[in-house]
Amino acid sequence: MASARSYTVKRFPWPLLVLLAALFVPALGSRFYTFLANDIIIWALFATSLNLLVGYTGLVSFGHAAYFGIGAYTTGILMKRAALPFLLAFPAAAVLAGAFALVFGTFCVRLTRIYFAMLTLAFAQIVWAICFKWNEVTGGEQGMPEVPYPDLAWMGSLPVLRDLRTSDHFYLLTVLLVALCLWILHRIVRSPFGRMLTTIRENAERAEFIGVHVRRYELAAFVLAGAFAGLAGGLFGIFNRGVFPDFAYWTKSSEVLIMTLLGGMGTFWGPSVGALALILLNQQIVSYTEYWPFVLGIILVVLLFGFPGGLAGAAELLGRRLSRPRRA
Amino acid sequence: MLEVRELTKSFDGFIAVSRVSFDVPKGGVSAIIGPNGAGKTTLFNLITGHLRADTGRVVLNGRDVTGVPPHELCRIGVGRSFQRTNIFAKLTVYENVQAAFLSHRGRGWNVFASVRDLYRDETMSLLESLGLASRAGEIAGFLSHGAQKQLELGLALALEPDILLLDEPTAGMSATETRETIRLIDRVARERGLTLLFTEHDMEVVFSIAQKVTVLHQGRVIADGSPAQVRADAEVRRVYLGERQ
Repeated sequence: MASARSYTVKRFPWPLLVLLAALFVPALGSRFYTFLANDIIIWALFATSLNLLVGYTGLVSFGHAAYFGIGAYTTGILMKRAALPFLLAFPAAAVLAGAFALVFGTFCVRLTRIYFAMLTLAFAQIVWAICFKWNEVTGGEQGMPEVPYPDLAWMGSLPVLRDLRTSDHFYLLTVLLVALCLWILHRIVRSPFGRMLTTIRENAERAEFIGVHVRRYELAAFVLAGAFAGLAGGLFGIFNRGVFPDFAYWTKSSEVLIMTLLGGMGTFWGPSVGALALILLNQQIVSYTEYWPFVLGIILVVLLFGFPGGLAGAAELLGRRLSRPRRA
Repeated sequence: MLEVRELTKSFDGFIAVSRVSFDVPKGGVSAIIGPNGAGKTTLFNLITGHLRADTGRVVLNGRDVTGVPPHELCRIGVGRSFQRTNIFAKLTVYENVQAAFLSHRGRGWNVFASVRDLYRDETMSLLESLGLASRAGEIAGFLSHGAQKQLELGLALALEPDILLLDEPTAGMSATETRETIRLIDRVARERGLTLLFTEHDMEVVFSIAQKVTVLHQGRVIADGSPAQVRADAEVRRVYLGERQ
C-alpha cells in the first residue's frame, strides 16, 4: 500500500499547485507579499540554472552572478536606453548571457575542480569591474536606475486583473515566464542530454569511455546555465527598478550557491526551495537581530553535516521514514 | 586487428613502458600478463588514449589511432573496462547501461525527449545476458564488487565494440566470482564474435581462456606467443612463474 501511496504522492501535480498558489499571491492585496514572492521566484530560476552545473554536471561555479548581471544589464539597457519592448529585451538577456558563457566557458571547462571554480570567479570579477567602470554604457558605480516596467496594458484590460497594480501585473508575468523556464530546464535534465551530464558528474573518466565528449557537454551545460541566469537577471533588473554593478559581484554568486546547497542540489526543485527558505529566513531573522550572517552560518553548518542533501533531501528522507512503517 | 608498435612511455625519467610491440589477432582472446608494476595498466592507457605515448604507434584495423581521445576511440569499436571498478555509482544499473547506449547511438545531444524509456529493450536484454536484469532498478554503487565488474562489462558491451580491452577483469574477486566472471566473459566474447585483450595477474585464468599471451616485465616484452610457448619460456619462468614457487 505504501508504494501505491507514494506513487500518488509522486504523481500529484505539485508544480502545478505551486504555480496556481503563486498566481494568487496578488489577490492577498499586500504589496509586501507580492514583492517577496517576486524576489523568491526570480532567485528560484537563478538558483535552478546554477544547479544545472553544480547538481547535474558536477561543476561548481563561483561566478554565476556574471551571467545574471549581464542579463540584467542587457534587458535594462535595451528597455531604458533603446526603448525596445520587453518581448525583445528579455530574450536578448539569454542570448547575450549565453554568448558570454560560451566565451568564458570555453576556457573554464579546460580546467577541473577548484581551478574551474577560481576561473569562473575571475571572469565574474572582470564582468563586475566592467559594469562598475564603463560609465557610458552601464552607468558605472551609480548603476542604471529607473528601468521601466514592460507594457502590460493588455493585462489591465482583463476583467479580474483590472484592479491590480502595475507591480502585480509584472509579478504575474514573472510567474508565468519563470514557470516556462523551469519547465524547459526540467525537460532538459530529464532528457538524454541531461543523463549525459549526470554521467559526467558521476565519473568523467568513464563517461569519456562510453563516448561522451566531456568538455563539449560541459560547455553546453555552462552556456545553458548562463542563458537561464541571464533571463533571471533580466527579470530582476525590472523587478528591482534598476540595474547595479553588484548584480555581478561575487557575493551574489555565493548567495545563489548557498541557496542551491541549502535547498539541495541533488533534486530539481531543491534550489527553488533554497531560494524560498533563504529569502524568508533573511526577512524573519533580520527583524530580530542584525547578526543574520551569523545565524545563516550556523544553519548552513547544521545542514551540511546533518542533511547533505539540503532541505529537499531532508524532506525526501522524512517522507521515506514516514512511509516505511506502513509497509511492515 | 590491433597492432602495437614500439610504444614507449616514461614518467619523470622512470620508463614505465619501453618499446613494447605485439599483435592482437582478430576474433581471438589475448592476454597481457606480468607482475605488479610491469606496466600493464600504463600500456592499456596508452592504447586507449588516456595517456599520450612518447613514441610508438597503435594501429587498429590498419588505421593509426595513436593519441586518439577515448570518446572517439570507442566510436570506432574499442570497448574498455577498468582495473578499479569504474561505473556511475549513484545511477541505477539500468541507467548506467542505458547511458552507454544513448551516448554510443548519438542521442546524447537530444535535449527534449524524455530519457526514461529510450533503448529500454536493448538495455534490458543486455542486462539479461549479464545476469543483472533482476537488479536493474538498484543503485549501482550498492552492488557487490563482482556485480559491479559485470555491470562495467555491460557498459563496454553497449558500445558494440569489435575489440574489448579488459584491465584485470577479476581483480579483487573471490575464487567463485572469478570463475563465474571468466565464464561470462568467455561466453559473451564468443556470442558476439569479439576480439578480446585482457590483463591479468592470475595465471590460471589466463591459461584457461587465452590463445595468445604476452608477458611484460619492467616495461618490456619478454615473451609473446601461445600459452604453451610462454609457459616453456626460460626467462618467463625465471622472472614470473619462478616468483610464485
